[in-house]
Amino acid sequence: MGGWRRVTAIDIPEADRVTPEFEALAQRQARRRGFLLALPAWIYLIVFFAVPFGIVVVYSFATRTSRGGVALSDWNLASYERLGEELVRNVLIRSLGLALLTTVICLVVAYPFAYFMTTLSARVRNLMLVFVMIPFWTNFLVRNYAWRLILAEDGPWNTTAEAFGIDTVIDWIIDLPGWIAPDFLVGWLVDVPEPLFTKLAVILGLVYSFLPFMILPLYASIERIDGALLEASRDLYANARQSFVRVLLPLSMPGVVAGSILVFVPSLGAYVTPDILGGGKEVLLGSYIVTQFGTARNFPFGASLSVVLMVVMLTATIGYFRSGGRNL
Amino acid sequence: MTATGTRTGRRMLGVHAAAVYGFFYAPILLLVVFSFSGDRLVGQWGGFTLDWYREFLDNEQLTAFHDGAIWTSLKVAAVSTVVSVVLGTLAALSLERFRFRGQRVFDALLYLPIIIPDVTMGIMMLIFFSEAITFADTYLGFEFAKGLQTIIISHIAFNISFVSVVVRARLAGMDDRLEEAAMDLYATRWQTFTHVTFPQILPGILGGALLALTLSLDDVVVTQFSAGPGATTLPVFVFSLIRKGVTPMINAVSVVMLVASLVLIAMMLLADGLRAEADETA
Repeated sequence: MGGWRRVTAIDIPEADRVTPEFEALAQRQARRRGFLLALPAWIYLIVFFAVPFGIVVVYSFATRTSRGGVALSDWNLASYERLGEELVRNVLIRSLGLALLTTVICLVVAYPFAYFMTTLSARVRNLMLVFVMIPFWTNFLVRNYAWRLILAEDGPWNTTAEAFGIDTVIDWIIDLPGWIAPDFLVGWLVDVPEPLFTKLAVILGLVYSFLPFMILPLYASIERIDGALLEASRDLYANARQSFVRVLLPLSMPGVVAGSILVFVPSLGAYVTPDILGGGKEVLLGSYIVTQFGTARNFPFGASLSVVLMVVMLTATIGYFRSGGRNL
Repeated sequence: MTATGTRTGRRMLGVHAAAVYGFFYAPILLLVVFSFSGDRLVGQWGGFTLDWYREFLDNEQLTAFHDGAIWTSLKVAAVSTVVSVVLGTLAALSLERFRFRGQRVFDALLYLPIIIPDVTMGIMMLIFFSEAITFADTYLGFEFAKGLQTIIISHIAFNISFVSVVVRARLAGMDDRLEEAAMDLYATRWQTFTHVTFPQILPGILGGALLALTLSLDDVVVTQFSAGPGATTLPVFVFSLIRKGVTPMINAVSVVMLVASLVLIAMMLLADGLRAEADETA
């Protein structure tokens, strides 16, 4: 055995022994260290984020003075009551509708794309992912401006549409009886030859801006599905449609929900896209809020609209985490 | 997932994917092409020219040293990135490696700037700064106006969160037994951090920094509401130009911004490769 002997607890000097008190002290120290590390960011976010957030909420209950200022003594719900006014309601409904339509289009375009990616080899897949990420990282303003060029008068879209005789096709559709070409469809179609500064251009810009937000979570959730399940459904005589509706779609639901929220929320609050491509003609929630702080000078009302937007966003985010979005 | 479905089905999926890429890249390519077009009307080809780039370089408001929009953008991006990288990394360390009181509230607060729509955040900063200016004037007895500083303050406020998310992901993926082993081998906390933790999370910090730079250089809305008459960043300036009416010079500026984006993306991919390499050697 030589100089080797078993170390027992008794041999450890009193001071080095791990006692419950020592453990508690260590834990307390660790807790303090953690808190101290977080402290600078804590303080910063409280002063420059939580406080501004709180001020907006407080403003939403204040009253607009006749000179466009804010009276912080007269508290009421007047700003929230205005949400029921027809003009305001129309803005809200139009924004919700446009954001929803953007989300649906993104979903329809992204789903087959994401599914196709999962069927390819890992190398090709990664390459495809990189090329989805590049537009996503590219300057947002520039990407929207590019559409302004394309849709410009006598620009690429215009000339191409004319070359293909889109005008005649659309005229022909408009002349069809109402049950084939309902009014809302016609309302969209008339803008096709010159879409700039119409809601068509806004939708196009929003889809272009947020499509990667849909593709990425969809890809992540479809990629995780065991392909054997799909094969099994086909072996059991499900046709392609049945195995999509009953196997693939339900299993990829977390991705569908996550992607939809990631597209819906920024679309609802969009400001730059409707401004550049809609020319401010289509008043949407984002620009309507900005107007309250600009020409309309009604800070309390603008604040209440912001609060509404935040509530929608928070609800959606909680839904996102519930759907397992954190793991995507 | 493995491939299922018919051959025509797959071919259709392939065509669809190609169309999606066309949709993504055609506008960007057309923008580059038209920036060299000699026609005064945007979106029309009128022979090759570099005039718009020259006009861009000659524009004092854009390129003037120190107070041109480009310089303002770079200053804001640099300062806000450095500060938010330090604060965000500390926050990430505290959340991933420690348990402390108020942690969950902190966690939630850290997520908010990411998910809040930028119009809302812009309005928040607008009201906050106007209140702060009045407050400082009446109670603290000093005056300040919106400008470079307020833009930087706003950018840090959203960048801290993005940096901390990226660094946290890196920390979560790192084996914390490495840190325990170092401390078992009598490394002090500081030595453990500098020799083990920091080299391991460096790719994450780099990724976070590049993300912060990108977001800072991209932001229009929050900046617009935080900026004063004295200081404008490049995107805000371009946005106001677009609203006034499109000129071919905007095409040239846009292409310059596009190239800046692409350089940052290339660096990000490089950082990603670095991350993969670090994982292989670990």
